[in-house]
Amino acid sequence: MTTFIATIEHVVKGPVWGCQDCGQCVLHSTGMTCPMNCPKTLRNGPCGGVRENGHCEVKPEMKCVWLKAYDRTQDWPLPSTWKDEYNHLRPPVDNRLKGTSSWKNFFTKRDRWTPAGWKNTTEEVAAQGVDH
Amino acid sequence: MSKLEHKLLNTTETVFTAEFHTLDGNGFEKAKKVADRFRGWFDGVNATDNTAAHAHVSNVASAIAMKQLGLEPILQVVCRDKNRLAQQADIMGASMFGVENFVALTGDDVTAGDETEARRVFDLDGPQLVRLMSTIKRGEYMSGRKIDPAPHMFIGAVENPGAPPFEYRVQRVAKKYAAGAKFLQLQICYHQDRLEKFCAGVRDAGLAGKISIIPTVVLVKGARPLNFMHNSVPGIDVPADQIARVEKAADPAEEAYLQTLEFAQHALAQPGVRGLHITDFRNDDTLERLMTDLGRVREITKTNATTNDVKDDHAYSA
Ligand code: SF4
Repeated sequence: MTTFIATIEHVVKGPVWGCQDCGQCVLHSTGMTCPMNCPKTLRNGPCGGVRENGHCEVKPEMKCVWLKAYDRTQDWPLPSTWKDEYNHLRPPVDNRLKGTSSWKNFFTKRDRWTPAGWKNTTEEVAAQGVDH
Repeated sequence: MSKLEHKLLNTTETVFTAEFHTLDGNGFEKAKKVADRFRGWFDGVNATDNTAAHAHVSNVASAIAMKQLGLEPILQVVCRDKNRLAQQADIMGASMFGVENFVALTGDDVTAGDETEARRVFDLDGPQLVRLMSTIKRGEYMSGRKIDPAPHMFIGAVENPGAPPFEYRVQRVAKKYAAGAKFLQLQICYHQDRLEKFCAGVRDAGLAGKISIIPTVVLVKGARPLNFMHNSVPGIDVPADQIARVEKAADPAEEAYLQTLEFAQHALAQPGVRGLHITDFRNDDTLERLMTDLGRVREITKTNATTNDVKDDHAYSA
């Protein structure tokens, strides 16, 4: 069943969104643009190498994935909560989920798991810093 | 507390940081020479991490060498070559030798280098790496395993004010600030209007005084490196009139210097800017000239006297 869901998901999301099967989908928060198509697989916005014409540092023939995501977040009629999430700090990829169904991981909340160290470093803690 | 941290957090003084030269063969000898030129001018010097995707002496080894040579290192940690485990090991390793400044960046792609067949890693991205640094500073590895005592860390990040999407760059700064970055080294930007908008944007986002902006200027000898950056470094655009200005000058080397000085003064006048980062491609007396023209007085003390003045075994003790 799990494989079946993953296959359906792949068939739907592959051609439309260029899904890379990371198993922890963030499409809604990235203007429906899959960040795993960024050659550096960045989850938190564009690198410093975006070319003057908005194209990718690594693949000059392709528009930077994050520029596309940014434009779509601005222009598409997406729910405002999704738009807000664009600026959230997305956690590191959980490499164990590669190839599994993000739909299932979403419903089981498996995709919300983050390592304890990461989780405990809340924004308040990080911004304040701690002094020793 | 590192000197850089102290100056940025407790004073209003302008800070100067620089890019350490890459080291290859005969690395320590070369490091000594660079240290002799840099000592007393800078509040922090970046120990680079395989710049432009070329292999060199490692960031950690360079940082330790700097410590021994009386410079204050800023350990650059890049996401291209190492996964999160290796990055944590480097941070802990450097901190064991007293390194206190850390700067996280995504890094150029492997295609920028001379081993383009290598695997690109990017296990974490820049903002995630900043938060990982905050986690270590808090006394835990990513897993939550305790580090006791936690290392002292002053954490920074990098941003490029000159690459699209311009408006979004400020939001990325906010993200890095929220992840724990206290200072921000900027990539070189030859568009003054972009730098102005960026700095104003950071201020308008309410981050003034919370994250110290340190723009970069580059010392070059003529138009060739400007052309190179423009044509071969993605994310850096040098306007044609800025290249022509140096190219057509009667004395291109002098004009290039004046251009750098102008950009330095312009950058220092922007809101939120607390210092300058200097990349020296000239290797001549203009480094000293620039620092002097910007009003910096060299701080030579007994403890950081040049290696020529003291016996070697003393010079290397941190
Ligand atoms: S330019 Fe854009 S798509 Fe290309 S590597 Fe950088 S962030 Fe990714």
